[in-house]
Amino acid sequence: MTRYDDLTELLLQLGDSAMVQAQRLCELVGGAPALEEEVALMNVGLDLVGQARNWLEYAAERINDGRTADDLVFLRDSSDYCNLLLVELPNGDFGVTIAKQFLFDSWHYAMLQSLSGSSDERIAAVATKSFKEVTYHLRRSSEWVKRLGDGTDESHQRMQAAIDQVWHYSFEFSMPTEHLAALEAEGVFPAASTVHERWSETVKAVLSEATLTQPEAAARNYLSGREGLHTESLGYILAEMQFLPRAYPDANW
Amino acid sequence: MPTGDLIASDQTAADPQALKHAWQVLDEVMDPEVPVISLTDLGIVRDVEWRGGQLCVVLTPTYSGCPATEHIEQSAKNALNEAGFTRVQIEQQLAPAWTTDWISQRGRERLKAYGIAPPVGSAAKPSFDKIIECPLCGSSNTKEITEFGSTACKALYQCNDCLEPFDYFKCI
Repeated sequence: MTRYDDLTELLLQLGDSAMVQAQRLCELVGGAPALEEEVALMNVGLDLVGQARNWLEYAAERINDGRTADDLVFLRDSSDYCNLLLVELPNGDFGVTIAKQFLFDSWHYAMLQSLSGSSDERIAAVATKSFKEVTYHLRRSSEWVKRLGDGTDESHQRMQAAIDQVWHYSFEFSMPTEHLAALEAEGVFPAASTVHERWSETVKAVLSEATLTQPEAAARNYLSGREGLHTESLGYILAEMQFLPRAYPDANW
Repeated sequence: MPTGDLIASDQTAADPQALKHAWQVLDEVMDPEVPVISLTDLGIVRDVEWRGGQLCVVLTPTYSGCPATEHIEQSAKNALNEAGFTRVQIEQQLAPAWTTDWISQRGRERLKAYGIAPPVGSAAKPSFDKIIECPLCGSSNTKEITEFGSTACKALYQCNDCLEPFDYFKCI
């Protein structure tokens, strides 16, 4: 994959993760378990598309090779995408959809909380705005984890299975410190080193209230979304998402 | 000479009356999704000023992904053009982030009259156990159906007394 400076890669990670998560949520149009749920999932997706645009516009300006945010989304291949592996996993049943959303929201919340105080004014502005929206997302997904975890035997067992199934991918939430140390020292990404710890506290509190068992800390493996090393799922997502603009490059909304 | 040229000319560029007029025009432009509340009532017009003979309107989006953002920018521009402001520039500003605290009193009343419960409390000082009144019968006995409604800015509620479902403008 093409490598950029640490700040640009951070913007790509934030933008790509929001975009891929939104695209996955869009797959549930017409297929969510209840109409109200569908409306909620689509609204979360909509917020994320807007946030992705804000991050990727900034990334495109920094990359400065003539590509726009739209080009980055629709014309990059999977090995150039920097999203978290978690968000590209299939939606699965509703338990898996919620487990993914909850782990993503709680990570996103800790990230944006830090970035709201960035010395880079543009990052601070986008993060502060997104943080308000993500606070709402996290509240909603946490409520579902508690309701299903502390619900019937069946819902408890399925929510636990869903957490266990996707938990493995949370290893990416503790990012390699070499990429962040400089950004943290410059004040661009304040408290970057405590994101994982704050994420962990949120998850611990919610899972405990949900009467669910928190799995062991996830171990790193050979995959890395940040480095473009993805699961096979991402290619399928991009194939669907990118088909139209690639087949009809002049198409306009 | 059309009035627009006059307003946009450098001689009148610093005219405070023209700025006041521009604010009045924006006060008549309605939100496309909630067509009873104007852009100024919504609190998204952050500034109107002259910059080098151009009328510069600074808007802030409500939600990052609000699909109405571009539509709003275009309708603000069109309304100002029609009012005679020929050189209008729309600028988008993210910080400070929009909050429902900026919705005017008149805007809140109009939302309620339209059947949408206005945001309760202040986003700056969040409180729990808010009572959302039914905008149709005024009852305080209501329940949340889902945290999201027909647009990103609303949640869906139902009145336990008159049984009508209604939108609640989320407090953010």
